[in-house]
Amino acid sequence: MAQTLTYTSDEMMTVAAAQMLKNNTVCFVGIGLPSAAANLARATHAPKCVLIYESGTMGAKPTRLPLSIGDGELAETADFVIPLPEVFNYWLQAGRIDVGFLGAAQVDRFGNINTTVIGSYEKPQVRLPGAGGAPEIATCTKEVIIILRQHPRAFVEKLDFMTSVGHLTGGDSRQKLGIKTKGPTAVITQLGILRPDPETKELTLTELHQGITVEQVKAATAWNLKIAADLRETQPPNPEELAILRALQSRSEGRK
Amino acid sequence: MAGFLALSEAVGTLINDGDTVALEGFTHLIPFAAGHEIIRQQKRDLTLIRMTPDLIYDQLIGMGCARKLIFSWGGNPGVGSLYRFRDAIENGGPNPLEIEEHSHAGLANAYVAGASNLPFAILRGYLGTDLPKFNNRIATVECPFTGEKLAAVPAVNPDVSIIHAQQADKAGNVMIWGIIGIQKEAILAARRSIITVEEVVEKLEPRPGAIILPGWVVTAVSHVPRGSFPSYAQDYTVRNNRFYQDWGNISRERESFLAWMQENIMADSGRSLVVGY
Repeated sequence: MAQTLTYTSDEMMTVAAAQMLKNNTVCFVGIGLPSAAANLARATHAPKCVLIYESGTMGAKPTRLPLSIGDGELAETADFVIPLPEVFNYWLQAGRIDVGFLGAAQVDRFGNINTTVIGSYEKPQVRLPGAGGAPEIATCTKEVIIILRQHPRAFVEKLDFMTSVGHLTGGDSRQKLGIKTKGPTAVITQLGILRPDPETKELTLTELHQGITVEQVKAATAWNLKIAADLRETQPPNPEELAILRALQSRSEGRK
Repeated sequence: MAGFLALSEAVGTLINDGDTVALEGFTHLIPFAAGHEIIRQQKRDLTLIRMTPDLIYDQLIGMGCARKLIFSWGGNPGVGSLYRFRDAIENGGPNPLEIEEHSHAGLANAYVAGASNLPFAILRGYLGTDLPKFNNRIATVECPFTGEKLAAVPAVNPDVSIIHAQQADKAGNVMIWGIIGIQKEAILAARRSIITVEEVVEKLEPRPGAIILPGWVVTAVSHVPRGSFPSYAQDYTVRNNRFYQDWGNISRERESFLAWMQENIMADSGRSLVVGY
């Protein structure tokens, strides 16, 4: 009996990100889709997933999605709360975090990220929030998952500013810079999932979400996107995942 | 020992035009009331430091208090843009704003160095980023033992640091709990300090995860209940998310921003805003 589920592209992205987290994964979570994904994972297949928010709330177990990393519920449900220098020194820099989620205003073909400016640094067309924790998340978590919506102004040939490194100029250039962690292992968009080629490290389309065509993804990418020979279809959200995710969102304060 | 001062007196006597001032509180206990007092007293040419310049820095910048901003992330957390911060950088309004930009890890460590009375901090950071191209206060040093190249940032030592806390006792010892952020380092790094508190108590009771700043490292304590509105003070007040969401519309244009500030901050103590929102 065929049953058609309807879901939004945000829900597709969230579920795809949640599916990448394993039980016991220690992840560094930002607000928005990463937070939704990590909490969905915790509520489904990965109950022991450890959520670290940048505010120093370690092992937070919120029952609703926080609007800010400062939401009181994160501190109240955390295993413990630490000061900021410890977040960045003892936990992030020391390599104790498995997965870091990053968003971006721009990403290039090697998964490098810009969250600083559109246009020139001195006279930007758009001043973006800037680095925050991202440059060190990008180099110190064991791997990075990037989540952003795919369109040609975001998936660019050349970044306006390199805020956080991905695979730099490809190949082993990341290692040559002295970085020992894996870097971006997946880029999740509303159209599909891109992963770095094992050798060249160029982002390659490896999964398409249901109902999306290769042409759509290529049109949303400013560089000539490579397509994996064994391109697969992403596992779509199942009814349980959607129900839990929607319940999390409906409990969230200040969300429409 | 810390002196108890009215907030207007603390700001008036401890902050001079041209000073370097840090208002800290990472998403929690943000010292809004103190920021508003700086705006009301029309302090000028300040170098403002804050890891996460958010609404209160948008207001300080938009009201022309800042000459320079040292920061690591500038936005309306969980909501979007800071329009006055953007206007200053994109268009130079109301006055040009010099920026010194770091990552969180870099600026947090700069506070640690400041609190430790060290000249600089080291970290494994900024690898591959463009930030050092535009900020000559991010440098590289070589570890004398292993040869590893590490990033170095100079200590920050504000003339004045300002935080909001839950409690002080009558000797001016201050207790903070919940998300404690960078507050201890900010106070210890500063030459002078102002701490606004929710409550003044007879005796500070031990609490899990709480930190104490002894009165003998604090310059002034001011009793300002709800002094972190619209952010929050754990176990006292909750975060007013609606205000954060409304801020975009209030601040998008210079005129609407100035009108709002005039009505709610300049012509008023700010208390009716806190109570009425």
